Amino acid sequence: MIKNINQISEQAFLLDFGDEIAKEINQNVINIFYYIYEQIQKDNFLDLRNCVPSYNKLLIQFNPVKKNKNEVFDFINAIDVATIGSRTSHKEIEIPVCYDEEFALDLHDVSMKTNIDEDMIIKSHLSTNFFVYMIGFMPGLPFMGDLQSNINVSRLITPRVRVPSRSVGVVEKFCVIYPNESPGGWNIIGRTPIRLFFKNKKNPSLFNPGSNVKFRLISKKEFFKLERDI
Amino acid sequence: MSDYHFVVERSGIHTTFQDSGYEHLQHLGITTGGVVDNNLFKIANKLLENDLDETIIEFAYQGPRLRLEKGKVQVVITGDVHFMVSKKSEDFSEKLGKTFKIYQLNEGDIIDLLSTKSSVYGYFGVAGGFSIDKYNNSGSTLVRSAIGPNDGKCIQENQIIKFNLESIKKNLKQLSYFSNHQDNIIKVLEGPQINVFSSETIKNFFERNFKISNNTDRMGIRLEGNEILSKNSSNIPSEGIVKGSIQVPGDGNPIVLMADHPTIGGYPKIATVILNDISKLAHLSAGKEIRFQKVSLETAEKLYDENKKYLDKIFQLIKTI
Repeated sequence: MIKNINQISEQAFLLDFGDEIAKEINQNVINIFYYIYEQIQKDNFLDLRNCVPSYNKLLIQFNPVKKNKNEVFDFINAIDVATIGSRTSHKEIEIPVCYDEEFALDLHDVSMKTNIDEDMIIKSHLSTNFFVYMIGFMPGLPFMGDLQSNINVSRLITPRVRVPSRSVGVVEKFCVIYPNESPGGWNIIGRTPIRLFFKNKKNPSLFNPGSNVKFRLISKKEFFKLERDI
Repeated sequence: MSDYHFVVERSGIHTTFQDSGYEHLQHLGITTGGVVDNNLFKIANKLLENDLDETIIEFAYQGPRLRLEKGKVQVVITGDVHFMVSKKSEDFSEKLGKTFKIYQLNEGDIIDLLSTKSSVYGYFGVAGGFSIDKYNNSGSTLVRSAIGPNDGKCIQENQIIKFNLESIKKNLKQLSYFSNHQDNIIKVLEGPQINVFSSETIKNFFERNFKISNNTDRMGIRLEGNEILSKNSSNIPSEGIVKGSIQVPGDGNPIVLMADHPTIGGYPKIATVILNDISKLAHLSAGKEIRFQKVSLETAEKLYDENKKYLDKIFQLIKTI
């Protein structure tokens, strides 16, 4: 649960849920995130500005002009983690992914490094029920876990200057999808043809903190067809 | 939408629309953005008798050259900016402009924001505001995310910049006194991961100078010349970032995260620049040296309040020309 509430600047508290990166801990972060976010949507009586969940921390940014940090602290401190309930979404987001060598820029290297066949890597990626720990780095980019296998590679020593848009990457037990072209150091094992970020929608991101995600294998032919249709 | 507009004859450097930035989107990977220098932003809008949060144009080192193609409008430039005004009615003879003073521009007139003098950021605002497409109630452009007005892009040469209303006024305003005394001492709070660093490293962080590198922009100010090494691993589990955070990547060269900071980050943060000193730091150009000074949260909050009072006092000094 909340281990500590630290004021880290004139405008922010950082809630600490522990040092571990584990789904159970992150689920607590996300439950409290949604509780606060829904309160902001209903009536932002404390004039909060941002609430940002991550693996095991929750950042709460307030308006320093208001001089109400004690009220903000009391509000956070009064949250009863046991009664706010779980915000687990039961809906699963299905992401088509193509592992063709044209897209899977690092699949061969990941296989060499881990001594696991490319097919096995694909199989375990497809069989994993992913959970979105947080969104960040760029608009709509999900940090997902946990890969169910021994695939455990570190970041590329020299990050790519340009990772193609919609690339699927892995590092350790985590998986990301780049919504747009970007520099990046993740090992790219495939690509999805679908869009992840819709600037003009009310909720612009396909993924939210806590989303459940499963990948579905598609051929290169299907990839280009889906890409065209979207 | 109005048809009153400027034509951009030269874009300037990183010229963007900005206001006070975004809220409630950081959990989706959209950063806060907004003006780097909040005081210059508010003073510009106060002089123009706009809403204090009206969107204005920000630039770094060099601003745009603009020709008023249609309409009449009052404009102001705030900051330490060298600029010229050429009026059609005066046969386009170039006259040196004065900052913090409202100018009435008429159709055909040209305003050329040549450069900042000893600072980095300058501001250009118009009475009644620019006619832009806001995103989630903000007029701030996030160039890296391609979000916000102007299709999420910097202002480009040959494009037009529309403004909302035609305005002609007789009693133009001016701020005759604005001292922006600068030193190179930047006040900071202890960062959330200060314990990742040895006491020797922390001592060096506060006692030795850093140099501002060329690789500096609205996202971050990269520092060099005083390597800061962490005790063991250089990474932490990524967590939410606030403006002013000083993160230390594995190479030991700290980065002060500014208005367009990443939403989350996995480098340990040794310190946080206090809100009151962020614009002071941002105005120091590449090559200049700085030193960090640790202050308490109470001091930071006090300085924040004092700046608010200072701004109110500045507003009182605005006079009709």
